[in-house]
Amino acid sequence: MAALNGEYLGIQLSVSDIDIENLEFFRRCGAHEFSLQRCKGCGLLRYPPTTGCPWCAEAESEWTPVEGRGAVHSYGEVHHAIQPQFRGHLPYQVLLVDLDVQRGIPSEHEALRIVGNLVTPGGELAPPEVVKTCGIGTRVRMVYRDVGEGFALPQWTIDEGASQPTPWRYAQE
Amino acid sequence: MANDIEATAPKFLRDKYAIIGVGETPYMRGSGRTTRAMATWAVRNAMADAGIKPSEVDGMLSYQANDSTPSPVVSSDVGIRLNFYMDVMGGGSSTEALVGIAIGVIEAGMCKTVVVFRSMNGFTGVRMGATGRAAPSMGGGALFSAIYGQVSPAQSFSQTFMRHMHDYGTTPEQIAMVKVFHSRHAANNPKAYYKTPVTAEEVVNSRMIVKPLHLLDCCVETDNATAIIITRADRAYDYRHTPARILSVVGRCGKPRGDMHYQAGPISTVAGHYAKDILWPNAGLGPEEVDVTGSYDAFTFTTMLQLEDYGFCKKGDGGQYVSDGTIALGGRRPNNTSGGHLCEGYTHGMNMVIENVRQLRGEIDDYCPAGADGKLAHTYDYGAGCRQVRDVNVTANLGWAMPGTGSAMVMRKG
Repeated sequence: MAALNGEYLGIQLSVSDIDIENLEFFRRCGAHEFSLQRCKGCGLLRYPPTTGCPWCAEAESEWTPVEGRGAVHSYGEVHHAIQPQFRGHLPYQVLLVDLDVQRGIPSEHEALRIVGNLVTPGGELAPPEVVKTCGIGTRVRMVYRDVGEGFALPQWTIDEGASQPTPWRYAQE
Repeated sequence: MANDIEATAPKFLRDKYAIIGVGETPYMRGSGRTTRAMATWAVRNAMADAGIKPSEVDGMLSYQANDSTPSPVVSSDVGIRLNFYMDVMGGGSSTEALVGIAIGVIEAGMCKTVVVFRSMNGFTGVRMGATGRAAPSMGGGALFSAIYGQVSPAQSFSQTFMRHMHDYGTTPEQIAMVKVFHSRHAANNPKAYYKTPVTAEEVVNSRMIVKPLHLLDCCVETDNATAIIITRADRAYDYRHTPARILSVVGRCGKPRGDMHYQAGPISTVAGHYAKDILWPNAGLGPEEVDVTGSYDAFTFTTMLQLEDYGFCKKGDGGQYVSDGTIALGGRRPNNTSGGHLCEGYTHGMNMVIENVRQLRGEIDDYCPAGADGKLAHTYDYGAGCRQVRDVNVTANLGWAMPGTGSAMVMRKG
């Protein structure tokens, strides 16, 4: 049975009542709070929600609010949509964002790399002229796209208050 | 090349098994056939190639994604009574992994000879490039990927490819050369779906699918079946061809975080970084001793990333390695001499193994004229229809599932 129901771009979304980790994650997103599981064994945060710690196998964890700010680690920029629901929004970016929290932990090569699209501050998929300004290194902040009662998707928008480096963009525009 | 088998070491299966038969259907768009009909066609061809009777084959393995026909049905259509079979889930990287499983089940005494097949209507049936086109509803893991418009392999791998360009300065023109060379190889392959050579300019000017992937950086989608037959090396010489002896296999070796590979380590590093430490010690040789490679080319980038992480060049030098002529026919170490997935056809990896078996035999099926013995007399003129590499003793296949998962196999001429 679905405990959360929503709709985004015409796609029906649901989180099952037995999928308790994802349920907690998206309920908190629904309250516009980004939270991750902190392992009660090793103390590391993890993403996405899992049933045990990827670093130490401990089953117990504690939901912890985390600041949704970071820098783009890499991106894909879709110019040919497969899902018909995205065809009106080309090009769109799928960002991997390194959170500032826990960056470089447990080794210099790790970070909490959070998936999301580049969107406007209002949560709409970013228009082409904004997509062109975003690349590796761009500072972004999390915004929420409400998709149902107590259910939201985390997304990324350019952090207007941050000092922005010149982003690295793919050679061909 | 190392043949010093230490029978007391854990690596004692090195060189004890061989591929004795290979077969395939044509690479088609619009097969007009079921996966059952194509699978039996390919298995028959592999048995005919080996000169083996159905009664001598008693094991069957296949891989699929709910898009094929299972072994009990396929075996019945070709007169095989099974002592063992298993049909596993999986696409790319399955072939080499299943060769390892075949060796294991024969070693365990469960059967004697195994045929591995992959049958897929990859163009007219289930298309990789159309993953999630319907998407009526999403839940669970899709809420961390598909809902963001990240469903196809191209969309899911693009961040890895992009980051490699960022980290190492790899250029679109360097990467394009993978397609350029594979397309020239395919021009010498009567079976190839795409036989026309392309230029680097044509690749980088083809329309953008997902940055950094242009249309011509992406593989073809085709309908086809492929099959290979594995048995113990001491039986392998009873059959028609020089066996391709298996020195080493790695099966679906992964980076940490198989659930979401980019959560761990540098994302521009792929599974080969881990797999190489199984592949080369088990084979008893290293990349320098390999004559021909079969690095999976679902995309131009996957060929480059794997060759780099398996140690064919220094980490970060993959762009140079794939563009300087090394991987071309006539170069130091040609890759995917059939044209691979970019040009010959899409099989989730098996056609690249078939090609290397034929390279090791010295019996590539190209445009060379037949000699007095009925076999093709290879000219080694790669501008004029030949694609047989001279004196092939060792090959390496590098199978790709995704950046975090890969398989590999080293074979030698028997």
